[in-house]
Amino acid sequence: MHKGTIAKKLFYAFVTIMIVLVFNYILFRVLPGDPLAMMMRNPKATPEMIEGIKHFYGLDQPWHIQFFTYFKNMFAGDFGTSFVFKAPVIQVVAGRILPTVLLVGLAEIIAILVGIVIGVLAAWKRGTRLDVGTLGFSLITYSVPTFWLGMIMIVIFCVGLHLFPTSGMFTPGKSFISTGAMLHDLVKHMVLPVLTMSLVLIGEYALTMRNTLIDVLSEDYITTARAKGFRERYVLTKHALPNAMLPMITIIAINFGFIVAGAIQVETIFSWPGLGRLMYEALSARDYPLLQGIFLLVTVCVIVANVLADITYAYIDPRVKN
Amino acid sequence: MALLEVKHLKTYFDTLKGQYKAVDDVNFDLEYGEALGLVGESGCGKTTCALSIARLLPKEGKIYGGKILLEGTDMVQLSDDQIREKRWKDVSIVFQGAMNALNPVMKVGDQIAEAIMLHEKIKKEDALRRTERLFELVEMPADRIRNYPHEFSGGMKQRAMIAMALACNPKIIIGDEPTTALDVMVQAQILNLLEKLRRELNMGLILITHDLSILGETCDKIAVMYAGKIVEIGMVEDIFERTAHPYTKRLISCFPNISKDKVIPAGIEGIPQNMLEPQPGCSFYPRCHLATDLCKTEVPTSIEVGKKHFSACHRASEVLNGR
Amino acid sequence: MMRWNMKIKKLKEFLKIALNNKMALVGMVTLLFFILLAIFGPIFFPFSTMEFGEVEDILLPPSAEHLLGTDDMGRDILANLISGARISLLIGGVATAISMGIGTLIGIMSGYFGKGIDNLLMRFTDFFLVIPWLPLMMVLAAILGTSLWNIIFVIGITGWAGTARVVRSQTLSIKERQFVERTVSIGASNTHIMVHHILPNVFPLIFANTVLVAAVAIVSETTLSFLGLGDPATASWGMMLHYAFESGATSARAYWYYLPPGICVVMVVLSFTLLGYAFDEILNPKLRGR
Repeated sequence: MHKGTIAKKLFYAFVTIMIVLVFNYILFRVLPGDPLAMMMRNPKATPEMIEGIKHFYGLDQPWHIQFFTYFKNMFAGDFGTSFVFKAPVIQVVAGRILPTVLLVGLAEIIAILVGIVIGVLAAWKRGTRLDVGTLGFSLITYSVPTFWLGMIMIVIFCVGLHLFPTSGMFTPGKSFISTGAMLHDLVKHMVLPVLTMSLVLIGEYALTMRNTLIDVLSEDYITTARAKGFRERYVLTKHALPNAMLPMITIIAINFGFIVAGAIQVETIFSWPGLGRLMYEALSARDYPLLQGIFLLVTVCVIVANVLADITYAYIDPRVKN
Repeated sequence: MALLEVKHLKTYFDTLKGQYKAVDDVNFDLEYGEALGLVGESGCGKTTCALSIARLLPKEGKIYGGKILLEGTDMVQLSDDQIREKRWKDVSIVFQGAMNALNPVMKVGDQIAEAIMLHEKIKKEDALRRTERLFELVEMPADRIRNYPHEFSGGMKQRAMIAMALACNPKIIIGDEPTTALDVMVQAQILNLLEKLRRELNMGLILITHDLSILGETCDKIAVMYAGKIVEIGMVEDIFERTAHPYTKRLISCFPNISKDKVIPAGIEGIPQNMLEPQPGCSFYPRCHLATDLCKTEVPTSIEVGKKHFSACHRASEVLNGR
Repeated sequence: MMRWNMKIKKLKEFLKIALNNKMALVGMVTLLFFILLAIFGPIFFPFSTMEFGEVEDILLPPSAEHLLGTDDMGRDILANLISGARISLLIGGVATAISMGIGTLIGIMSGYFGKGIDNLLMRFTDFFLVIPWLPLMMVLAAILGTSLWNIIFVIGITGWAGTARVVRSQTLSIKERQFVERTVSIGASNTHIMVHHILPNVFPLIFANTVLVAAVAIVSETTLSFLGLGDPATASWGMMLHYAFESGATSARAYWYYLPPGICVVMVVLSFTLLGYAFDEILNPKLRGR
C-alpha cells in the first residue's frame, strides 16, 4: 500500500483517539449529574482520596489548565486512583489484560475458523439442509443476548451435567503440583466462556462468508475459470475464496466493538478475572476513575485494531495496494 | 467433415415459474477458419446456444436434445471429466473481459498460465513464457503479464482475454459480446485482431452480439436468432443484400446513423414474447408488419431461399423480393 | 403529498412481497403478538407487578395459581413478563425512533451538503461506529443515572451511526438524479428539497434499516438492565434476568425464572432479525431464490 495512505489512516486513528479523550473529559466532568461530586460522595472514598482527586483534576485551577492537566495525565498513563482497589488505575487494569486476551483471542480464532468453514459449505451446498441449518443457527445466535446464552450454558453444563466449573479462571485455594495440573484446571475453567463467546460470533461470520461467497460465485470470472476446464473444487479454492475472504476482514474489524460487548457479558457471567469483569465491578461500585480508565483503554484498543485491519486489507487486496 | 455441427439443439431452463426454452431446435455448422456471427436481442438464446457447446450452463439449464458434433465427437454425450478436458483445449470463450471476466485478485499472466498448466502438464516457467508470447500475439507488451486486471484499460483487458482464449490452441473460439462496453475505436481494433488471428491460426470463430452492424466485415456467415430459434441463416452478403426474414430486416434498419449528430438506433417496437408462455404460430408474429392469419397459427419451418441461405418465415419470398 | 402517497403505495407493494416470504411472515406474526401483548396484556392481567409477595410465595414453581411460578421476591412471573413486554417494547421503540431520527438527519445533511459538512459529519459518524457500544452505554448510563428515559436516551444516542452511513450514500445517488437538479434550478430551499424530495426517496431504505436498529435496541436494553443499569422501578425483561442472575436462579434450578424473559427477548429480536434478513433478500436479488 502507498505510504501516504497508511499515514492518512494512522492520522485518522489518532484524531479519533483525541476525540475519545475530549469526549471522555466532557463525559466525566461537564455532564449533568456531576460524577466528580458523586465520586467525592462515594462512601468508599477516604478524605485523603478526595484530596487526591481534587489535586489530580486540579479543581482549583481554571478550566483550560484543568483540560491541559487532563491530557498530560492521560498521555503519561496516569488515570488516577481506583476507589475500590485503592491503587493506581493503570496497575489494576494491567493485571486484568492477560485473561481477557486469552479468552477473546481463543474465542475469536475458533469463531473465524469455524465460521468460514460453515459459511463456505453452506454457500457451496446452497439450498440444502446444511445451508438452511446454517442460516437458522446464525439468525438465532445473532438474536440471543450473550449473557443469557452464558446462563443457559451454566445451567446445562455446570448445574445439570456437572462437567465444568461455573466461575473463575482457577479453582480457588487450590495449589498445583505441576504446570500440567494447572493448565488442566485452566482449560476446564475456560471451556464454557470460550464456547459462549465463539457461539455468538460463529453465526455472524458464517452468514457473512456464505452471502459473500454466493455473490462471488455469480461473478463472471468464476464462469471463466469453469470454462478453462477446472474442477469445481479448484474454482472454489483458487478463484472464489480469495475474493470472498476480503469482505470477511472488514467484518472481523467491524466486529471488534461487538467482541468487547461479548467479553463484558461473558466475563461477568463466568466471573472471569478479565477487563470485562473489572468494568462490571467498577460500574457496580461506581468506581469512576477505574471505569474511565477501562473505557479509554478498550476504546483505544478497538480503534487501533480497526486501523490494523484496514492496513491488512489494503495489503492483501491488489486493487487497493497500488 | 465440418469442424462443428450443431443439430436440433434444445437447451431448456427449468425455473420455478416453468420451463423456459432458451434454445429450441437450432441447427448450424462451422468450418475450419470460418467465422459465424450469432445475432439477436438480449434473451433470445444466443449466449445459451454458445455456452451449450462447452456445456457451461447454469444449474437450471440442461440440454434436452440434439447433437453438438465437434470434429465428429458429440459434446452432449461426454462425461463431466471428458467435457472438462475439451474446455479451453478445443473450445475457448472470450467473455466480456472489459467487465469482470478476469479474476481481480490474481495476476493476469497467472490466470493464463494456470489454464496452460492444466491442459498441457508443463512447468510454470514454461507456461509463463508462453503467456508472454501470447501477449505479443495480441499486441501487448510481454511484461504486462505481471499486472493485475485493474491496471488494464478496457481494451487491454479484452486483449488479455483473447490471449487467454488462445492459450491452449483451441479449435473454436467463442466471442460472447467481446466488444460491448468498449468505445468504437477499440471495438474495431479488437474485431480486427480476432479476424486476423482466426485466419492465421485456422480456427473456427463464433461471434455473439446484439449489434448486427459489426458482423459485416468480421464474419463469413450470420445466424439471426429470435426467441430461441434461428430465424435466418446465410452468408454475410445474402443476409445483408438478400434479406429473407422481416426480423433481420428490422435489425438492419436499426444500424446507427453515424452521419447525424447523435447515434440513436431506430430500435424495434414491441418486446419479445414471453418465452414462458409461448403462443402458437410464429413467435415474431406480434411484432411483424407482414403477419397474416397463417402466421398466427402455424410455426414456420426453415426453407432454403438461396444457396446455403435459410429463412423461417411464411412470407420469406416476399421479404426477399423487397417487401 | 403526492410523492408520499406514491411511496406509501410502493410500501404496500413491498409488504405484499414480504407477506409471501416465509421468514418475513413469521417475523411479522411474532412481532404483532408481542405488540398486542404489550398493549392489551396488562388489561387482562391486572397484577401489581412491583409489589413484593409473602415469604411463602418466594420462588414457587409453576402452578395453577401462578402459571409461570414466582420470583425470589414472591412476584408472579407471568404478570411481570406481560408488563415487561410493554416496557421492553417501549424502550426499544422510542430508542429506535431516536436513532433513526439522528441517523436520517445526519445522513441526509451529510450527503446533501457534501464537502466540509460531509467530512465533519462523517468523521463524527465514524467515531460512533468505531467506539465499542457497550462500554460507551455503560459509561453514559452510569453517569446519567438509571431511569427509564435515561436508558432510552443512551440506547438512542449510540445506535444511529450505521443508519447515517446508509442514508448518506443513498442521498448522494438521489442528488445526482435530474429532478433534484431541476428543483434546485427553480430556486427551492435546501430544507424543502431535503424534506420533500430526498426524504421520500430514502424512506424505503430507512424502513428496512429500522428493523435492524430495533433488534439492537432491544438487545441493548436487556444487556444494560442485566448489568444493573436498568431502571429498578420497572420490570423490563432485562431487569427480570438481572434479578434472576443476582438471586442465583440458575444454580437454584428455577428454570421458570430465568427462561421465560430470555425466550421473550430472543423471540422479539429474532422476529426483527428475520424481517431484516427477509428485506435484505427482497432488496438484493442475488441472494433471492435458490
